[in-house]
Amino acid sequence: MTATPLPQKRAPFRINWWARAGWLAAIVYSVYAANYLDVSWSRFVDGIGNGAVFLGEMVPVDFSRWKLLIDRLVETIEIAIIASAFGIFFSLPIGLLAARNLMPYWITWPARTFIALCRSFHPVIFAILFVKAVGFGPLAGILTLIFASIGFIGKLFAEAIEEISLKPLEALRAAGAPFMSVIIYAVLPQVLNRFIGFSSYQLDANLRNSTMVGIVGAGGIGGTLFAAFQRFDYDFLAAILISIIALVMISEFISTQIKKVFQ
Amino acid sequence: MTIDSEKISPVQPIRSLRVENLEKQYVKGKPVLNNISFEVHGQSSVAIIGPSGTGKSTLIRCVNKLIPPTSGNVYISGENITKLTGKDLRHARRKIGMVFQEFNLVERLSVMENVLSGRLGYVSSWRAWLRKYPQQDIEKAFELLESIGLIDFYHQRADSLSGGQRQRVGIARAIMQEPHVLLADEPTSSLDPKTSVEIMELLIALSKAHQIPLLINIHDVELAKRFTTRVIGLSKGGIVFDDSPEKLTNNHLKEIYGGEEWLQ
Repeated sequence: MTATPLPQKRAPFRINWWARAGWLAAIVYSVYAANYLDVSWSRFVDGIGNGAVFLGEMVPVDFSRWKLLIDRLVETIEIAIIASAFGIFFSLPIGLLAARNLMPYWITWPARTFIALCRSFHPVIFAILFVKAVGFGPLAGILTLIFASIGFIGKLFAEAIEEISLKPLEALRAAGAPFMSVIIYAVLPQVLNRFIGFSSYQLDANLRNSTMVGIVGAGGIGGTLFAAFQRFDYDFLAAILISIIALVMISEFISTQIKKVFQ
Repeated sequence: MTIDSEKISPVQPIRSLRVENLEKQYVKGKPVLNNISFEVHGQSSVAIIGPSGTGKSTLIRCVNKLIPPTSGNVYISGENITKLTGKDLRHARRKIGMVFQEFNLVERLSVMENVLSGRLGYVSSWRAWLRKYPQQDIEKAFELLESIGLIDFYHQRADSLSGGQRQRVGIARAIMQEPHVLLADEPTSSLDPKTSVEIMELLIALSKAHQIPLLINIHDVELAKRFTTRVIGLSKGGIVFDDSPEKLTNNHLKEIYGGEEWLQ
């Protein structure tokens, strides 16, 4: 039997050597960094022992100070809701001004810069700045989350507006409609659903973030959490963590319901 | 389709459109439109034909300054609107109805809202926001919807309608402006042949009923000949034919579109 010669093998795909080199470099660097930072298996096993002790001290969960807990939770929710309301309120015009399909560049440029500034810092950094600026308490937390909201949904609003169809705008302009009427009649209906989606998502995010700004003294349950932690009050700490989980789950549920209503 | 003219609008003084030496250059030294002059008045319907890219859409948009002309003048019922800006321009645009190839409706709004949006040039933004239109506008919108056979759809969203129905809504919106001239930019190009004929019939009927001169960009020469009273042939940015449709011969078409193999 004679073997018929196979046709010459042809490669159907090009090999991307740059991508392969990139993956290799990423793996090599990860191993190097782990070594450098002393992340090792024995260190991890030690850590697990510590963690078990820590978890042990959390039970039984201590809900005896529930009044303080509720008080702080309410403050947390207030911070989130007020910040969301103002954040969304300011994001609407800023997002519109940042939309490059409707506005000339000398308006979008400053609006986009402002949004970028709001995005550039993590809420914790904003919170530290505002605690220094306006003092301890919920006001600092509210201001923090307003800026965080503008940075996030301002950008999303602008992008949603940039994706609309310009055809109805042309028609209304041709009919002599004033600029604001064009916005109300031709832009808003095209973006309203998405705006509501973004807004309820931001309310959700603000609720989570408002549990955290208290750590640096900007009001809400974060402060209580941090204090309990520092006093080794781990059973109370567990109560706080459980409350935060409950809060976030409820908010998630509510935001899903809001979106359903406006579908 | 019958349009009851007396019910819709009383007879108005002669409405007209005059275009004078209109020129448009997007790039300096390369005019898209060159020395365009014509006049339309009363109940006349004019078709603008010409190959793609010859400036038909530009011409029609230069009339209401959606695209600003480089030079020349446009008169609406005697008023020169070429130099107008801002509020004056908006007020002038109320007198110019426009119908679009792709209808340009606000898809997520109802048919009624779309028809009433033809009145946006007359109501404040605040009232537009609250949908507080004067009762006579609302009555007129209902009457128009009845006359174009869409009364049962007035509360439906525009995107639930068929192409022909949407174009009817687009036409009703333009008529709501009580315009002095009606511009139609390829109003039938997105529609099937039967619907195209119906839309042309509707445009002509409304133009007659309201005594509004009608200017239609159209690439279907047969449709133009069948429905309009005058044809303007555009080629390379200039007018090469301007006469009644019966006078439009194959030689003219050759001049307008170039070549002759397609003329069978």
